[in-house]
Amino acid sequence: MDVLQILVNGLMLGALYACIAVGFSLVWGVLNVINMLHGSFIVLGGYLAFFAWRDLGLHPLISLVGIAAMLFALGWVLQYGLINHIVARPVLTTLTLTFGLDMIVYNVMTLAFTATPRRIALDLGVLHASDVVVPVDRIIAMVLALVLTSLLFLLLRTSSLGRAIVAVRMDRDAASLMGIRVERIYAVTFGIGALMAGACGSLLAVVYPVTTMMADQFLGKAFVVCVIGGLGSVPGALAGGLALGLIESVSGHLVGPQHAMTIGFSLMILLLMTRPTGILGTQGYE
Amino acid sequence: MSTAVLEVDNLSRAFGGVQAVNGVTFALTPGEIVGLIGPNGAGKTTLVNLVTGVVSPSSGTVRFGGRDVTRQRPWQAARNGLARTFQVVQPFPEMTVLDNVAAGALFAGRAASRADAEAQARDHLSFVGLAYEAHRPAAALPLPGRKRLELAKSLAMKPKVLLLDEVNAGLNTGEVEQALTLMRAIADRGITILIIEHLMKVVLTLSQRILVLHRGKLVSEGEPKAVIQDPVVIEAYLGRKFAERQNKLANA
Amino acid sequence: MTRGVTIFIACTAVIAIAPFVADNYVVRLCTFLCMYAALALSWNVIGGYAGYPSFSTAGFFGLGAYAGALLQHAGMNLVLSWLAATVVVAVLAASIGCFILRMKGHYFAIGSLAIVEVLRLIASSWASLTGGGDGLNVPILQGGPDFAGRVFLFSMMAMMIACFAMTIAVDRTRLGFGLRCIKQNEDAADMVGIDVTSYKTAAFALSAMFCGTIGAIYASWVAYIDPSDAFSSLLSLKVPVMTLLGGPGTVLGPVVGAWVFVILEEMIWAQFLELNRAILGIVIVLLIFTLPGGLLGLRLPAWNWRTVVGLRNRVPEAQ
Repeated sequence: MDVLQILVNGLMLGALYACIAVGFSLVWGVLNVINMLHGSFIVLGGYLAFFAWRDLGLHPLISLVGIAAMLFALGWVLQYGLINHIVARPVLTTLTLTFGLDMIVYNVMTLAFTATPRRIALDLGVLHASDVVVPVDRIIAMVLALVLTSLLFLLLRTSSLGRAIVAVRMDRDAASLMGIRVERIYAVTFGIGALMAGACGSLLAVVYPVTTMMADQFLGKAFVVCVIGGLGSVPGALAGGLALGLIESVSGHLVGPQHAMTIGFSLMILLLMTRPTGILGTQGYE
Repeated sequence: MSTAVLEVDNLSRAFGGVQAVNGVTFALTPGEIVGLIGPNGAGKTTLVNLVTGVVSPSSGTVRFGGRDVTRQRPWQAARNGLARTFQVVQPFPEMTVLDNVAAGALFAGRAASRADAEAQARDHLSFVGLAYEAHRPAAALPLPGRKRLELAKSLAMKPKVLLLDEVNAGLNTGEVEQALTLMRAIADRGITILIIEHLMKVVLTLSQRILVLHRGKLVSEGEPKAVIQDPVVIEAYLGRKFAERQNKLANA
Repeated sequence: MTRGVTIFIACTAVIAIAPFVADNYVVRLCTFLCMYAALALSWNVIGGYAGYPSFSTAGFFGLGAYAGALLQHAGMNLVLSWLAATVVVAVLAASIGCFILRMKGHYFAIGSLAIVEVLRLIASSWASLTGGGDGLNVPILQGGPDFAGRVFLFSMMAMMIACFAMTIAVDRTRLGFGLRCIKQNEDAADMVGIDVTSYKTAAFALSAMFCGTIGAIYASWVAYIDPSDAFSSLLSLKVPVMTLLGGPGTVLGPVVGAWVFVILEEMIWAQFLELNRAILGIVIVLLIFTLPGGLLGLRLPAWNWRTVVGLRNRVPEAQ
């Protein structure tokens, strides 16, 4: 396979990975909570997009907005209602809680949607550029992923809400002393995390078949991206996502795609041992 | 110098671009009380960290009881007889005061058993005046209590050398007086003390010798009276007003 | 302490009678009671005492399962294969521990999860050794189902008793005390003379090796293992939850938690197979919000659990 093709594949994959991971990274960085529900949120977004397309005739680009809103609401409620109360507890407690919530969501989704793989087939054809072949739907997905990620970046940089979120990430107590309502910020952040996951899920449904069994894989990828790129920062997630995409593309070509996960995880373990803050990241909480 | 219990030779450590400790050399003889003063950021705590193995030096050596311990880990330093307190107190918050001290006795102090460690712990708690708090969780103690807990814990470790890092920070005058009495009692037991302090009263009362650290370097060393007259020290740390006041007191 | 031990012995004796008075279903249930109690007790050493949130139980369980299965295939005697599997897992755990214990908190938790994932992926791909996704058949014990049932019940029971004894040993010795100090404040523990690295590695290895033995026994018991069964992340989640349910950092807590969990599971959600996971999830949510100290941490006014069971460690409640 052409080197350029591998690179392009890797970058397109990477953009999607970045989008998958950025919400997860934000939640981890700001709340110090690892959101085990993230993978399920992505799958949920994918399923909602699929059913909106199949049963309501809505084009994914349109349903994207609605799905993003729904998932934001879901995330916000979960955080404000449940997770906020245990945010200060030890790692084991928060991790187990989100794990437990994930069990519920996963089960409900499997019952409601069944595990049959669903994909939105838009049939937009392929693009040829020099020797590189790129399906158009992937390009669209990649562009949108980058757009979403950039929007989040802008939000964090320029809006007062965004600045409040960053303040809470840096120092929760100081932020609270500044008059920031930390519990609300937590709820909004978690909501944003869910929103990004759901939106990304809708995009993924255009490119890959989505099933509940993929939830774990998405979660795993999000972890790896965070470790590679660092926590709580959008550039970090972008760098990590692109890096992972490229690594998977290259290793997929060298040893076969079925080993992609193993390589990703092994790399993550290696990084955790040597440089847990990642390539770009701010030091996350422990 | 073979009688020195702790020898630090040309010790240096840089963090990134900052030279935190720069070629520091000094020695402590058994039973001395030595004060270490200097402005904030001079490298005093870093020096203690280097000596106890929390941080490894870029160059230089540390010798304890004649043996080279430059590369030792903190727990080894503790077991060898080198104890230290923290500027920001570090107890085991949910464990009882008794257990906190017993930990010192059991591990670094090489007590024979849990029971033995607890008996020793009780003694040390009485010594520092915390016996009545023995069964409260350490987190429940107010600041002076926590400082005394640190002291008790360090004593339980049966140290030959005790490094006290701003033990009096945050204490009011009355509490400082009590702390002074305690430290004299500790010195009477034959333990060598290196005390880092900003309270000049404490340093001058207790120390037989003073070391002055400034920007990582040892800029002055000697008897208290001489050191506080040293213009370098006055410039770097003490300030003219203090020197003038001391002169007035000396001449009065 | 002795009151709790007595209760434990009494319950174990009751379980031991099971094969002679009840049917195979009950024997099977009792075997699970022993197995999960043993797993929870093992986890407690690294998770409850040392405070390192490990999700690696399934990793070492599966490793032991495969090691035991493969050794049995190679013709080794049953019990010997279990012991050999234990050694393999202990050695591997100590080596992995050297690396993974450098991390703390979230990073450690993820690292431990990653171990399970990587091991599962290796087991799936190394088909020539492990049979890959097709799984591995283990030679079935001769002597008929009743006899086999008894053998495995008593084997798991032996593991439970061994883990219980190990926990008491840890709780009473320097190791336990040191681990508690490490959990409270690792830097202060270092300064007080505790060789933190060795203690953590010992806890991790101890925790892992019993999981290995239990895995090996499990493999022989069910006579067939495959990667998703042996390296199930659900197991890695259930075991800490059981310990949390009972009371982490105590001697009897894991046992109580495991038994309550298994019986609940059997009664309630095995009936609702489809909602299996959701119910587990709900249980977890309820557990976290209503029982922060586990069952043994409950302060019931009428009967004080601590007096009844008498097996909490001696830290009084912080105000």
